[in-house]
Amino acid sequence: MVQTEALLSIRDLSIQYVTRDMGCCRAVNNLSLDLQKGETLGLVGETGAGKTTIARGIMGIVPNPPGRITQGSIFFKGEDLLRKKKKEMRKIRGDKISMIFQDPMTALNPVDTVGEQIEEVLKLHQPGAGKEEIRQKAVQMLETVGIPGERIDEYPHQFSGGMKQRIVIAIALACSPELLIADEPTTALDVTIQAQILELMNKLKGEMNTSMLLITHDLGVVAEMCNRVAIIYAGEVVEIGTARDIFKNRSHPYTQGLFNSLPSVTGEKTKLKPIPGAMPDPSNLPAGCPFAPRCGYACEKCMAEHPELLPVEGEHYVRCWRAAEEEQHGIAAG
Amino acid sequence: MELLRVEHLKKYFETPRGLLHAVDDLSFTISQRQTLGVVGESGCGKSTLGRLLLHLIDNTSGKIIFDGEDISNISDAKRRELCKRMQMIFQDPFASIDPRKTVSQTIAEPLRVFHLGSDREISEKVAEMMDLVGISPRIRNAYPHELDGGRRQRVGIARALILRPEFVVCDEPVSALDVSIQAQIINLMLELQESLGLTYIFITHDMSVVRHVSDNILVMYLGQVVETANSEDIFASPLHPYTQALLSAVPVPDIDHKTERIILRGEITSPINPKHGCRFASRCIYAKERCFHEDPALTEVTGGHCAACHFVKEINGL
Repeated sequence: MVQTEALLSIRDLSIQYVTRDMGCCRAVNNLSLDLQKGETLGLVGETGAGKTTIARGIMGIVPNPPGRITQGSIFFKGEDLLRKKKKEMRKIRGDKISMIFQDPMTALNPVDTVGEQIEEVLKLHQPGAGKEEIRQKAVQMLETVGIPGERIDEYPHQFSGGMKQRIVIAIALACSPELLIADEPTTALDVTIQAQILELMNKLKGEMNTSMLLITHDLGVVAEMCNRVAIIYAGEVVEIGTARDIFKNRSHPYTQGLFNSLPSVTGEKTKLKPIPGAMPDPSNLPAGCPFAPRCGYACEKCMAEHPELLPVEGEHYVRCWRAAEEEQHGIAAG
Repeated sequence: MELLRVEHLKKYFETPRGLLHAVDDLSFTISQRQTLGVVGESGCGKSTLGRLLLHLIDNTSGKIIFDGEDISNISDAKRRELCKRMQMIFQDPFASIDPRKTVSQTIAEPLRVFHLGSDREISEKVAEMMDLVGISPRIRNAYPHELDGGRRQRVGIARALILRPEFVVCDEPVSALDVSIQAQIINLMLELQESLGLTYIFITHDMSVVRHVSDNILVMYLGQVVETANSEDIFASPLHPYTQALLSAVPVPDIDHKTERIILRGEITSPINPKHGCRFASRCIYAKERCFHEDPALTEVTGGHCAACHFVKEINGL
């Protein structure tokens, strides 16, 4: 993990939500991640794993209260975003770092035209630009995402779901951000529309050389879009590596369980092998490995001691006592 | 043996802009102990179909023949009786169960509605059902908000099965669940089908799930069936251009998998006052003049494999 070259580097980030009813909910725990320039890193995990909270942490939009960043740093181009003032963050957000949300229906303002919504970011981040110039840029952005420019004065409800998500993408990319955070960008869309949007995102990302943090639970989307993948469980990285490491040589039992749970559209029909149980309550995480209660390989050490993220090979790391041991035996034997 | 037969079923909704053809002339049959998968994208009418079959809404025309009897025009009293034989599992178990009832009260409710048994008998039946669907007796007095998605769906399944129905409409039963939990519920539903001899209609937008659970599949597009065949044939050799595009669009979780993806262009035709012609024509890469003004009929192309496309033979080189 080279720290100097990364565009984004998250170090020991912890985020908690504290409420009177639920107590202290530890959503993100000591999380460290690096994102290189031009790469797409997939954040994969199930509901409640903390994926969206990580994204909100980077954007500086963790709702407070009840959310609180309790420790860590988020370096973007060498500067710690967590030490920036609100005003400084506002300049970065939407300009250098922008975000695509899951549900385009709620991300767009229903009472403003789509043109006004694209122009809004441009006005905010390019104060020197004239009215006409901004308007032209907005039309151009619409056309970039495949919507005819003459529809600029229409309202969100006049567009279909797939087109609304295109508009959200146009807004996010209007200022050519260096980092794009896409939080389940196609989950609310039908598969044929999803295919169009993924194709569009890949194309634009290549043209603008944007780095992307893609949050998803869909391993199919990950296979298609990501260079590297981080598997998130109970607010921490349990396995991280290149897409090839994760898809071909996964070593964490949770990652293996995720793949075994998937019904397949190709190949043999076999009985699914689900992971037993459910994710631990984030307000009451177990002392040892958070996955241990559901893990078929768990031993005493797993119940007692929290595992560290240990190297498997090259860039491939895994947070599992057993997998790391096996790897060492493998090396000793080989 | 045939359990359900649907003939020319239609459901039109009146809207301010005209008549919305939600389900437009569907005909199919389901045999006992089989699963018919119904797939399609949002707005294709698959949920409306499920509701029509259970009589939760009235149909506009057509017949629904259940176990030899036409149930499309029956009295409310008779419809209530049918509840014992036909049940539904919904997508969002949190929205479909009463937040103020405990797990055991929710599962017992159908028995109480029909006055089936004394309190003791009911509680025995509930305990038995909880065991069958894998709900621990420990949480019998828990409320829905205390349960995770997987357990809630187990409660939904237990409530649907407590009357021991023969026929169950499953409307996106695993779509709201995470993959590891989804697999638990799919396995449970298949085991229950086997042990209780259930017949399922499995409505979903997820192609990999439908392949896993179904014997036969209906592919719907804007209220109509565009293709139907047994599950293997649909996935091995899809005939209709829409099914081909739909299957090619599914992202495969394998980095070495390369598909020729068919990206659909064009906008979806409105289901309100649809004109004559194939409803998929506006997005179809093979569409010709004829497709825009002549309705294609669902015809058998190869043994038991039907498609509704004028040029199905040319497209597939048959």
